[in-house]
Amino acid sequence: MATVESSVPATGELKIVEDATCTFCGCVCDDIDLTVENNQITKAKRACVLGKAWFLNHEIEEKPSCLIDGKPATLEQGYDRAAQILTGGKYPIVYGLSDSPCEAQRVAVSITDWIDGTIDTTTSVCHGPSGMAFQGVGEVTCSLGEVTNRGDFIMFWGSNPAESHPRHFTKYSLMPKGMFVPNGRKDRTCVIVDVRKTKSAKAADIFLQIKPRKDFEGLWTLRALAKGVELDPKVVKEETGIELAVWQDVMDRMKAAKFGVIFFGMGLTMTRGKHANSEALLALTRDMNDHTRFVAKPNRGHGNVTGADNVVSWRTGYPFGVNHNRGYPRFNPGEYTTSDTLANGEADCGMMIACDPMANFSQPAREHLASIPYIALDAKETPTTRAAAVAFTVATYGINAPGTVYRMDDVPIPLRPAFESPHPSDFDVLTNIERRVKAIKGISG
Amino acid sequence: MAEIFILIPGRTSEQGCGISEGKFLDKYQQQINSLQVAPGDMQRLGLAEGDRVRLTSCERGQQVEVTVVEAKGDELPEGLLFIAYGDISSKLMGGDTHGSGMPTSKGIDVELEVLGK
Repeated sequence: MATVESSVPATGELKIVEDATCTFCGCVCDDIDLTVENNQITKAKRACVLGKAWFLNHEIEEKPSCLIDGKPATLEQGYDRAAQILTGGKYPIVYGLSDSPCEAQRVAVSITDWIDGTIDTTTSVCHGPSGMAFQGVGEVTCSLGEVTNRGDFIMFWGSNPAESHPRHFTKYSLMPKGMFVPNGRKDRTCVIVDVRKTKSAKAADIFLQIKPRKDFEGLWTLRALAKGVELDPKVVKEETGIELAVWQDVMDRMKAAKFGVIFFGMGLTMTRGKHANSEALLALTRDMNDHTRFVAKPNRGHGNVTGADNVVSWRTGYPFGVNHNRGYPRFNPGEYTTSDTLANGEADCGMMIACDPMANFSQPAREHLASIPYIALDAKETPTTRAAAVAFTVATYGINAPGTVYRMDDVPIPLRPAFESPHPSDFDVLTNIERRVKAIKGISG
Repeated sequence: MAEIFILIPGRTSEQGCGISEGKFLDKYQQQINSLQVAPGDMQRLGLAEGDRVRLTSCERGQQVEVTVVEAKGDELPEGLLFIAYGDISSKLMGGDTHGSGMPTSKGIDVELEVLGK
């Protein structure tokens, strides 16, 4: 049995890890200097409040690397049982991936292919609707470096980076001095649109408190103004809660900008309208390019959720919600997405990788997941690992395990682990499960 | 008497830190089990911090009981409630994703009933 007691290296050395990568959120800041003493991170220079909590609270879980039905087991027993579960069902699902490195994500897609299963990532309950909108409208985009160096009009819609991406303003979007914005914040106009006056609102030059569930109407108001369409002030105020004159002022500033950027969050994608809201925002961005340069970027939550989109797209042609049951990939959000395969009672076994659906999914989905055998991989104990038939405690990516992650602007960034873990990495576990799945299915090579 | 509100689940930095500390520990549990109510609504409903309320999902009738805290300043307009993502907000979500893969996780209509201390 692989236990912590048997394999933790007893080192007393002090180590500095320069330019470590924080994988807590989609900003993936890769300029963190870590001080490591006795396999404990004691300082995380330049990390934000979330990054400090991520690094400084990190401890090696003192539990077996594998539990089967809640009882300690060897890793070999765990791999065998996992492969039996995944090959024994008629509708296997593989879900999660947004807190795993790309190398592990790649193996997860392979396993799904071998078992004719359905693969989905946490994107489906994050910016999945935006993924659908990208396919419908297209994406006018850029890297965060361009935002830093060029962006002079910065809008946040349904996003609260002050709490979800604390270094967003200071490292990328508002405060930095850039090549074409030499005075930093003074050269930028910031507009924030939200139903709540969030902590981010303090950073805005203009804060628009829109009526709940009226984002679509607000975005189409701006689209109309971009095209010069005359609108009824009374209707606009009634629908959006904001005066037409205020919208017009924002549009005038957008047209006057040299490089406009709209960051958008789950205030759009999780609210009624969902992909239609994201489509409206992307279409507005496209429209604005008739007047000046404008781009849009979703603010992504988990450290490698963007990598999950990329890897699943390379392997299957689609970013999430992909079914292999006919031997080739099919994409259909609402059918092959995990919220649906669980809430509809279709999935009969699964593997949950670096995610916590037992905490975050709807009650019908959680009840069904609790009723089927599934495997869970996580660095920490969660409601999902507690209810798993096979639970693997894995090395934390970025702190203990190497690999590649994608920042929210699709820029790949290498991880620089601080110290080793006695637990296997996601990649190790998935590679071993894949070998056994192939053996059961009679696949050579 | 029950009153209809719109519930906005979302992220907080405290909840994010709580995830790193551990989901079964106090910080995370306190965040996901505290319902923020606008000061005006607190006053009108006679609520004080620490009081308990029952929320009922208008869509599916799912009920939860939760402790209230007053939202800071003018962060939350009257008629809106806020809670950090977690077990309570998930219980109130419907399973239907309307063909999108995404359940309606923000802007959930709920009935609020005051239970008292």
